[in-house]
Amino acid sequence: MPRIAVTVDGIRYEEDVEPRLLLVHLLRDRLGKTGTPVGCDTSNCGACTVMLDGKSVKSCSVLAVQADGSDVVTIEGLATAGTMHPMQRAFHEEHALQCGYCTPGMVMAAIDLLREDPDPSEETIRHGLEGNLCRCTGYCNIVRAVRRGAQSMGQAVTTP
Amino acid sequence: MTEELDAGVVAQQIAESGQLSEPDSTREVGKARRRKEDARLLAGRTTWTDNIQLPGLLHVAFKRSPMAHARIVGVDVSAARDMPGVVAVFSGQDVADEQGSLPCAWPVTEDIVIPDHPPMAVREVRYPGEAVACVVATDRYLAADALDAIDVDYEPLPPVLDMAEALTEASPKVHESGNRAFTWTFAQGDIDAAFRDAPVLIDRTYVQQRLIPTAMEPRAVAATTDGESFTLWSSTQIPHVLRVMLALTTGIPEHRLRVVAPDVGGGFGSKLQVTAEEVLCLLLTRRLGKPVKWTESRSEGNLTVHHGRDQVQHIALAAEADGRVRGVKVELLADMGAYLMLVTPGVPLLGAFMFNGIYKMDAYSFDCTGVFTTKMPTDAYRGAGRPEATYAIERVMDELAAELNLDPIEVRRRNWIRHEEFPYTTIAGLTYDSGNYEAATEKALSLFGYDKLRAEQSDRRDRGDPVQLGIGVSTYTEMCGLAPSRVLGSLSYGAGGWEHGSVRMLPTGKVEVVTGTSPHGQGHETAWSQIVADSLGVPFDDIAVVHGDTAISHKGMDTYGSRSLVVGGMAVLRACEKVKEKARRLAAHTLECSPDDLEFSQGAFKVKGTESSKTIQELALAAFAAHDLPEGVEPRLDADATFDPENFSFPHGTHLCAIEVDTETGMARIRKYVAVDDVGHVINPLIVEGQVHGGLAQGIAQALYEEAVHDAEGNLLTTTMADYLIPTAADLPDFVTDRTESPATSNPLGVKGVGEAGTIASTPAVVNAVVDALRPHGVHDIQMPCTPERIWRAIR
Repeated sequence: MPRIAVTVDGIRYEEDVEPRLLLVHLLRDRLGKTGTPVGCDTSNCGACTVMLDGKSVKSCSVLAVQADGSDVVTIEGLATAGTMHPMQRAFHEEHALQCGYCTPGMVMAAIDLLREDPDPSEETIRHGLEGNLCRCTGYCNIVRAVRRGAQSMGQAVTTP
Repeated sequence: MTEELDAGVVAQQIAESGQLSEPDSTREVGKARRRKEDARLLAGRTTWTDNIQLPGLLHVAFKRSPMAHARIVGVDVSAARDMPGVVAVFSGQDVADEQGSLPCAWPVTEDIVIPDHPPMAVREVRYPGEAVACVVATDRYLAADALDAIDVDYEPLPPVLDMAEALTEASPKVHESGNRAFTWTFAQGDIDAAFRDAPVLIDRTYVQQRLIPTAMEPRAVAATTDGESFTLWSSTQIPHVLRVMLALTTGIPEHRLRVVAPDVGGGFGSKLQVTAEEVLCLLLTRRLGKPVKWTESRSEGNLTVHHGRDQVQHIALAAEADGRVRGVKVELLADMGAYLMLVTPGVPLLGAFMFNGIYKMDAYSFDCTGVFTTKMPTDAYRGAGRPEATYAIERVMDELAAELNLDPIEVRRRNWIRHEEFPYTTIAGLTYDSGNYEAATEKALSLFGYDKLRAEQSDRRDRGDPVQLGIGVSTYTEMCGLAPSRVLGSLSYGAGGWEHGSVRMLPTGKVEVVTGTSPHGQGHETAWSQIVADSLGVPFDDIAVVHGDTAISHKGMDTYGSRSLVVGGMAVLRACEKVKEKARRLAAHTLECSPDDLEFSQGAFKVKGTESSKTIQELALAAFAAHDLPEGVEPRLDADATFDPENFSFPHGTHLCAIEVDTETGMARIRKYVAVDDVGHVINPLIVEGQVHGGLAQGIAQALYEEAVHDAEGNLLTTTMADYLIPTAADLPDFVTDRTESPATSNPLGVKGVGEAGTIASTPAVVNAVVDALRPHGVHDIQMPCTPERIWRAIR
């Protein structure tokens, strides 16, 4: 069984894993990182989205062995010193979640979207989040939250 | 009496503060409070059922039928038993004596056929995905591996897929008793007279396609036992109902069974069920003496979470030459699927009283036959019966308008119940207590820019623009707030429709609220806190709402049918009133005055005309210490209450949809969607708006995108999210929403429920818009979902 070393939310783990083990199952079943849920088996829903070396991936379509040597950030690692990430706060303020199951993936995908376009239009947001499905909100408030998150993240960057 | 009066006072205060335009900062009700639930959900500190880990936990996986209909000749599990990590493998036959039959709680007629429904098939499989065997292993991957080693020998039987064919003599049978489950009829007024010599007759057949509810959290079940008592965690909407039904099904005594609904990731009716997997997980933990867990894959879920809708609706409408409706005649075939599950046969009945919509007429008849097919059973899906009915009447009203060359708004106006006519008893026998269709429609027309869009439509038609504009109208109402227990009884439902709430003032002055509702995204923790904060005068943040665990919440009827606020919120308010009544006696005793001399304001009882007062928190501590209680007053400041509504509630509204249809490609794109809903008083406008948004998305999805498709052999083709297309952010527009407020008179809060309104209203609004765009092409119907291909073909 291959041994991998992976850093998840700032903690370094060494694990022996079957080559077929999915990253999301490593996170959930082995490391107790249950904040990242699974919503489908065809990589359509995006609920399991995490950051792998700074880029969003669907952790159901990454093997744990592929994450060897990588840095993973999950929804559980977003807050710093007990303060919500601006995108998490924006989702709260805009009521962009109901059942909350898609939320971890949606927040991670939204943050990644801003990496490419820090000030996205509504249309850019809607297309940028196409890989993340939500069944509760009808997406209106998610779009608003991403706009708000973009604004406060923009401010966070420019504020000295 | 005092309780009711006090509840009335609160309602009045709520009424005054419920207006968004004039927020009262001292009142919680009516405020757009951000949700209490969010923090843990946003931080990933959730307890989805699949998160549950228990010492020695074993994983369950199910072997499922690859055929729609077959006789099981043999199941060989011996190879699977030898696979690594496998603890046990059982076929349906292995548990035949123990597994019982999955329950149906709604035998709608006396002669209804309720076939035996084994959780794992024993002799015959009747829908694709039906479980035939299960593996219990130490790891979820090993359990999946062992499934492949199970050898099932099937003898194929002919599938039964089409309802009309299923009812013919020549059809193969799903069950030996035949393919007819029941026929339920209802008639009011002289329908023959209404149709005789009617100047206008509209006759249409609409297909309500089969839908897959698709909550984002797949189902999951965990179960454990200490040998005597059992605990079951399930991703369910109905922990209380489930406990009763599982006790009856498994024989586990009810008092030894605890059911927990932890965080639940959406339901939309699909988790209003007693499932095979819940029964089998209990059975497996009982047999093996170890905790077990099962989590479905999405593909498993698309096959085996109950499906929704699936009706063929024949609707005929007779009208006068001026468009006034004389009568409506409805004949339904409702696809039950292979078995009757918890409320399968009741779903079309919930629509039976809604085919008349908001319109006045002299006669109405309804005839529904439930039909067995070799498909997954259907059951409640957001709206459950009412979206189907609303679709048919709102589509046919548009046809009436087209026939008479009237504006669809005008034809509705000539028929709807006028504001001054409420309360109004409809032809279907329901009493609509309140509503203002004129006000909602006026507001919607104005927000929409109706006249301007009609002018643009006309211009595009004149120009022969390849992109045509369609405008769709839906003036809906629905019955919700399920439900008066006596009415459910009269419809042969197996339980009541009351709800329970407990309010406990703790010694430190904090408040614990226990609700019998079981939220899974609706925000009850926030909304109930707002109600309690106003009633008891305690801070919003000092209130915690707990739910979803039968060991904590002893009584409840759970969450479905837009009932939680209307019935459950009311129960909580009633409990608050009882708490205050007890506190008043205690305050009078402590302050040495008569209870009548006390006034209650902002959380304190004050002796009228003096400065002498006690806060309710102080009284909670005194009731805990119990050093000096008045005669007959027991320690602790808490109370239980139930509420059983006297009537349904009737949200209504006007939805308008503008859609651009490319006549060259068949592509339909929503340009503008306006929803003006009247859901009575509003506790939290933020939550209400969110419910409307989500409802709209699901209703629009039925109109344009979603359909469960079977092939000629009965295989389900839409088993993944790549095949069954729930809308993405890019598929939906921004919504314009607004409200009118006609308070419900059936509960002192004046609330009506909002969970299903958006879904009920939007499907006909969208399809009416598509058809409206294409009327110059001679199109008067397009079958849902209105895909580009169907639209393109309809034009040609």
